[in-house]
Amino acid sequence: MKTPPPALRTVVAVLATAALTACGASGDEQAGEQAGGSVTLSFLTGSDQSTVDTSKALADAFMKANPNIKIEIENQPGGSEGDNIIKTRLSTGEMSDVFWYNSGSLLQALNPAQTMVDLTGDPVLANVQPDYLPVVSQDGKAFGVPATTLAGGGILYNRKVYERLGLQVPKTWDEFMANNEKIKAANITPVVSTFKDTWTSQLFVLSDFYNVRAATPNFAADYTAGKAKFATTPAAIGGFQHLADVHAKGYMNKGFGSAVLDQGLKMLIEGTGAHYPMLTTLLPAQLENYPQTATDVGFFGLPGTDAAKHGATVWEPAALYIAKTTEHLDAAKKFLAFVASPAGTDAVTAAVRPSGPYRVKGSKLPEDALQVAKDLQVYIDQSATSPALEFLSPIKGPSLEQITVAVGSGLTPPAEGAAQYDKDVEKQAKQLGLAGW
Amino acid sequence: MTKQAGPRTGPGPARTRRRSRPLTRNRSPYPYWLYLPAGAVFLLIFLVPTGLAFYFSLTRWTLFDSTFVGLENFRDFLAEQNLRVGFQNTLVYAVLTSGLKVVLGLGLGVLLTGRLRLRGFLRAVVFFPVLVSTVAVGITFSALLRPDTGLVNRALAVVGISGPDWLGDATTALLSVGLVDVWAGVGLATVIYIAGILSIPQDYYQAVAVDGGTAWHRFRHVTLPLSWPATYSVIILSLIGGLRSFEFVWTMTRGGPGFSSDVIASIIYKQYQAGFFGLSTAGNVLLFLIVTALVLPLNHFLGRRQVT
Repeated sequence: MKTPPPALRTVVAVLATAALTACGASGDEQAGEQAGGSVTLSFLTGSDQSTVDTSKALADAFMKANPNIKIEIENQPGGSEGDNIIKTRLSTGEMSDVFWYNSGSLLQALNPAQTMVDLTGDPVLANVQPDYLPVVSQDGKAFGVPATTLAGGGILYNRKVYERLGLQVPKTWDEFMANNEKIKAANITPVVSTFKDTWTSQLFVLSDFYNVRAATPNFAADYTAGKAKFATTPAAIGGFQHLADVHAKGYMNKGFGSAVLDQGLKMLIEGTGAHYPMLTTLLPAQLENYPQTATDVGFFGLPGTDAAKHGATVWEPAALYIAKTTEHLDAAKKFLAFVASPAGTDAVTAAVRPSGPYRVKGSKLPEDALQVAKDLQVYIDQSATSPALEFLSPIKGPSLEQITVAVGSGLTPPAEGAAQYDKDVEKQAKQLGLAGW
Repeated sequence: MTKQAGPRTGPGPARTRRRSRPLTRNRSPYPYWLYLPAGAVFLLIFLVPTGLAFYFSLTRWTLFDSTFVGLENFRDFLAEQNLRVGFQNTLVYAVLTSGLKVVLGLGLGVLLTGRLRLRGFLRAVVFFPVLVSTVAVGITFSALLRPDTGLVNRALAVVGISGPDWLGDATTALLSVGLVDVWAGVGLATVIYIAGILSIPQDYYQAVAVDGGTAWHRFRHVTLPLSWPATYSVIILSLIGGLRSFEFVWTMTRGGPGFSSDVIASIIYKQYQAGFFGLSTAGNVLLFLIVTALVLPLNHFLGRRQVT
């Protein structure tokens, strides 16, 4: 019963193994197409609608102005999946020439000094507002240019509902809850919550930071140094308390535990929900299906305790960075300089109606900007804004979204949630190897 | 001519002859160097990464660089706040799913080895979910289990029951995920049972029939004890599967709401997502040790019963 000579089978097996291992070596032959003096830049960007539209508008306008440079767009998933793709590609040297990524604390984890091209003092940054630079810097070196607009984080509200019920924009939490009571009485969901997309649950805590900072101005620095904690700072517990209050009063939509972002936005825009704690950047993508988004949805900062100190928390725009491994540095810099120029922001405005002001010198909000952008501009004109904590500190605990879901679903009391978050933050700080933890 | 009826009714002796054959060659006929290619592949894509994992679990690793921190990651992982909930959930999940798979698998196995019309078709139907990607099953069921628009609650509404928010409610989330796991995995258990039941020699059933036993006796005294090897395989497979369960939990609840359906694997994955690569590797090393510690004694215990 012996099958062919055993030696033959071994040879086959060895060959198969060799073929398998050889596959790994033959992937690095893509840099050879620079014929005719034209350059192709690869550009890795996100996959949500407004990021895709913005990236495409920038690339198209740039290629029109520079016919000898071609830009190829690649898309990648968002959230932590996307983070890991970026990290892996950077650490293995497989990154595209230019890529889109968050500014603020998330940037710090990419080790920019090792992986990205330092743009400090480069003419590329000439048109970037100086206030923006800290959020794309590490150790005083700047690495990116703003790719989109500033976003407000707070309460998006349906203005039609407010009009119909004769409500005023609240300046304190008590006024907000009083409005909620009236909205509930009118059979409209007062506070839309979409906990299946866990990250959306964090807004009550994150956008409360303006109020935290108003009460304890040094919070960000002390928190980074490990001296200030959420659980022991009364103002910082506020956000967790808000989540619990809203749940306890039954102000949330039915099935909030398995609702997702798109359902939430739909409820808000159609007026079946009155308030949605969210970022303004998510609205432009809704315009196509719901043109009324531009006028019916307004924005106000998360109300705090003192009406005189009312303000809003803002999210700095994501940035474009150049990978250190690029072989087309000049073209990449040219592209970034275009992105951070009025011509670049005009190109974006033509494709995506802005939901907030730009961070580029000389760029103006157009007349037909979304209502939320106009509402946000009012806060900026009054200097009543603060960047979110994640732009002032490198530490943001990874489990915040689960903790806020638990607090917002009534599973964890707010004080315990704040204490859990402190522990989560401690873990992050230790993993970052920060001093004082 | 009458003698020809003999071989036709006697598959029994033929089977025993076949079974005795392996005993005559318990020494491998192949030279050891034949194992080399397979060994090299095993070494390269299994042993080396495993060894590296043990090393990286002792470091703070950002993918860009790693610093040796000793056992700190293990301490941090064990101090993880929701680890207790995660362990509890993992155990509940593993025991629940493997228990249900044994009971349902055995039941379906008995049913589908009986004389049934459409038997082949029904076997295919039961096995079908196994062929579907677990992620696809998870995504499909999260749509089916939606509170207002999902098919399950719509069907319940027809009979006048208002169903809960299966995956969005902390009290039902883990249970719902477990039941979906059972739905998707019971086909494999059934197939194992079908094989186990079919390998029971007919002689035993005939003996019960001679003694005037009922269907219950056949099941209780023949099928159940003699399909023990199948039960053993199903328990081991589904328990290990349950302990490392991840896809269903991740696609349907992501461990939520809050932390209420977190299992060990989803906790580890979240560390990885957060960029704590050393920490999550430490979690994996722990999971490896725990699964080994649970399954080795179980394997030994169940294996001994198999011999007796």
